[in-house]
Amino acid sequence: MSRPEALSQDQKTVELRSTGPPGAAVPTYSLEPERYELTAAAPYRFDLDRREFFKFLGAGVLVVSVLKPAVVAQESGSARRRGDESLPKDIDAWLHLGENGKVTVYTGKVEVGQNIRTSLAQAVAEEIKMPMEKIELVMGDTKLVPFDMGTFGSRTTPTMNPQLRRVAAAARDVLLGLAAAQWKTDVKQLVAEDGKVRDPKANRSLEYAALTKGQQLTETLPAEDPLIPATLWKVAGRPIPKVTGREIVTGAHRYPSDQKLPGMLYGKVLRPPTFGATLVSLDTQKAEQMGATVVHDGNFVGVAAANSDLAEEAVAAIRAEWKSEPQPSSKELFEYLKKHPEETPDEEDRYDLGAIDQALAAADHRLQQTYTLPYIAHVPLEPRAALANWDGDSLTVWTGTQRPFGVREQLAEAFRIPEERVRVLMPDAGGAYGGKHTGEAAIEAARLARAAKRPVKLVWTREEEFTWAYFRPAGVMEVTSGMHADGTITAWEFHNYNSGSAGIRTYYDIPNQRIVFHEAKSPLRQGSYRALAATANHFARESHMDELAHLLKMDPLEFRLKNLKEPRLRAVFEAAAKQFGWSKAKADGAGFGMGGGHEKLGYIATFAEVQVDRKSGAVKVVRVVSAFECGAIVNPDGLRNQIEGSNVQGLGGALFEAIQFENGKILNGRLSEYRVPRFSDVPVLETVLIDRKDLPSVGAGECPLIGMAPAIANAIFDATGVRLRSLPLVPDGLKVS
Amino acid sequence: MATIRLAINGRSYAVEADAQTSLLTVLREQLDLTGSKYGCGEGLCGACTVLVEGKAMRSCITRAGAVAQKQITTIEGLARGERLHPVQEAFLEEGAMQCGYCTAGMIMSAVALLEKNAHPSRADIVDFMDGNVCRCGTHQRVMNAIQMAANSSAAEKGAAR
Repeated sequence: MSRPEALSQDQKTVELRSTGPPGAAVPTYSLEPERYELTAAAPYRFDLDRREFFKFLGAGVLVVSVLKPAVVAQESGSARRRGDESLPKDIDAWLHLGENGKVTVYTGKVEVGQNIRTSLAQAVAEEIKMPMEKIELVMGDTKLVPFDMGTFGSRTTPTMNPQLRRVAAAARDVLLGLAAAQWKTDVKQLVAEDGKVRDPKANRSLEYAALTKGQQLTETLPAEDPLIPATLWKVAGRPIPKVTGREIVTGAHRYPSDQKLPGMLYGKVLRPPTFGATLVSLDTQKAEQMGATVVHDGNFVGVAAANSDLAEEAVAAIRAEWKSEPQPSSKELFEYLKKHPEETPDEEDRYDLGAIDQALAAADHRLQQTYTLPYIAHVPLEPRAALANWDGDSLTVWTGTQRPFGVREQLAEAFRIPEERVRVLMPDAGGAYGGKHTGEAAIEAARLARAAKRPVKLVWTREEEFTWAYFRPAGVMEVTSGMHADGTITAWEFHNYNSGSAGIRTYYDIPNQRIVFHEAKSPLRQGSYRALAATANHFARESHMDELAHLLKMDPLEFRLKNLKEPRLRAVFEAAAKQFGWSKAKADGAGFGMGGGHEKLGYIATFAEVQVDRKSGAVKVVRVVSAFECGAIVNPDGLRNQIEGSNVQGLGGALFEAIQFENGKILNGRLSEYRVPRFSDVPVLETVLIDRKDLPSVGAGECPLIGMAPAIANAIFDATGVRLRSLPLVPDGLKVS
Repeated sequence: MATIRLAINGRSYAVEADAQTSLLTVLREQLDLTGSKYGCGEGLCGACTVLVEGKAMRSCITRAGAVAQKQITTIEGLARGERLHPVQEAFLEEGAMQCGYCTAGMIMSAVALLEKNAHPSRADIVDFMDGNVCRCGTHQRVMNAIQMAANSSAAEKGAAR
């Protein structure tokens, strides 16, 4: 605990030695490289000027947290491929307790529906001992918050949550110290609760606001500030409702696409007919006559007009001729990926254990199978949107993105201006799912605003979002395995072409392994998608596990447990099986299946029941049970919501989602042509939460998704004997002969 | 361009717009009622749902000229002052949202459903709500919220009797 005399007006930097509860190891793992990230964030150092802070924030108490290098390596852009490079220390969050007794927390993380505005506020409330409503989070405003690489990889809960708790705990200690100094008493006999410091012995108390009055105190984090263990949490760990719930149900919340400025124009971009097309000729005369500002800059052609209808009409009036090259189509996709390796892959991405070839040769049973999955679209219900405003040569953009600092860098680059002159703000946005890492709409709106000399808002249409964003990578997975007659797996060879290496390693205990990721030339622009390649790799692995079990006529659960030591993964499989009723009798046409794994530090097991109508071929997923463990639970209701959401999102990719393309064109880039899960598709979702209060809290936005596709594929096999090895499994129903 | 008279949330507006302009565009751009959202432009996601004479309509494919003089309710007009509509309350109670972008449309559709059918079965709800897309996957909670709202309205009516 810091004492009053330890407080200094001078800013000092104390390195954090631990980011988890006492005794618990820092949850770290090598973040799956954002392999297909389209830009890399430049390392950025935030200069802390204490006076500037207080000028901006007003008097009070300021607590700054400094990331320890190991964590910086995970979160910072320049260490993307090799997590062990040493990087400069960086500030990662700060908290200001104002004279009005209100707390403002500044973080570069952003809210896209995953509920961290609430769960982070809970964590702060817990430590600082204040009611939730007095805590405000400023998120994703590049002018006000410290650098953050972005909101992805399920990193907020394992890293930002403990950082903010630590910051809040330090602020609480400063307040206790101030009260002790004022009362000239021992700080140890004071307690902080409900926005006050209380002295139970002398029966007196002081509001935080009274303590911060006229203060200008800065505190960097003490090296080891004890955090409240999860077993003693009062605010954290509870199902607190979403803090912005009322704004959402009344329509008051302003999403990026709802932003407005006086004198604002509406922008629209002329899209080429195919990917990679170049402009041959252009006639914009008619559009200009309609009163629109027309911009032609290289391959960029766009307009800004007084309203969106006029902008649309003006773009339609532009005559343009484009030239493009022949391109591959979805029909030949998987062959193409295998035949077109990346000539200069970033690095060798493989894992070898034991002697695979000998083990395969010696195995009693061998099985070789190929699994595939196509490109799919994120379809965030709010498409890309941005409002851009220039003030001289300074640019401000409101936009929906998971990487406000990345977008700032893109804007600085596009307009050849220093990053200091660009401010990106991220109002809580309408979904992202890994699909909003880039700043296309921001750049387009800014280009148009510069020409029009007025603020310009640009909202992508659904077709634009389907076509000009990026896709979840397609992939081919080849698995060759060998096992003993008793069901012990002895050899495991796994190749993934293009989709990525997240979740590629097996957690089953197999003495001989060869696991290789093959980077390929992708016919389409591809990028992050919730759970990354863990979906592909778990689909292949967990389907293959099922195939092996059936080869021996063993129970798939028993077969998995026979080859699995990891207790946390065993625990979720067992918990899900129990809740599901794995051994219960099945109705006619019903099938049961499971899939599970370990990803982004979480553990998931998913059990699905399907009902197949043999006549029509209709496949209905009727019930899904998920058991999930992610350490100490911060908000059980928010967590359940994330798991249910992962299941529904995973259901679409498992059953029917696929992007069709041909020669540089997307063939199904509309909601009428691309099927997403609807109410009638959604099964009964049951969730079993395993709350490990003894373990650090980790993220939950991605891991629960990975069990869905294999659970459904395995259940379809159980119901029909038909083994499906390609996602989507049944876009047009099941053909049973 | 023509003057179109619109009756929205109990207020009347005269807007200068092409009669072919979508109601959604008029709401969002001219009247700053941004609670109704653009999601697909084809009437297939339900994010833009408003009530026209009590019936759910997709405002993105409804021409402004076609609803002149009709009673239109948007999400902004559902609460009575500080008092939320039972469906809004139920969505909060159930935590039936994540990013919340579909929520306004979900709530407006649900209100229309309960107007028509005060005690919908689970199948009725699925059937009526199938045109509303949620990408975060809160469907189960939305269904629970609608049933909760139906029950609470029934309870209120019971108490009033």
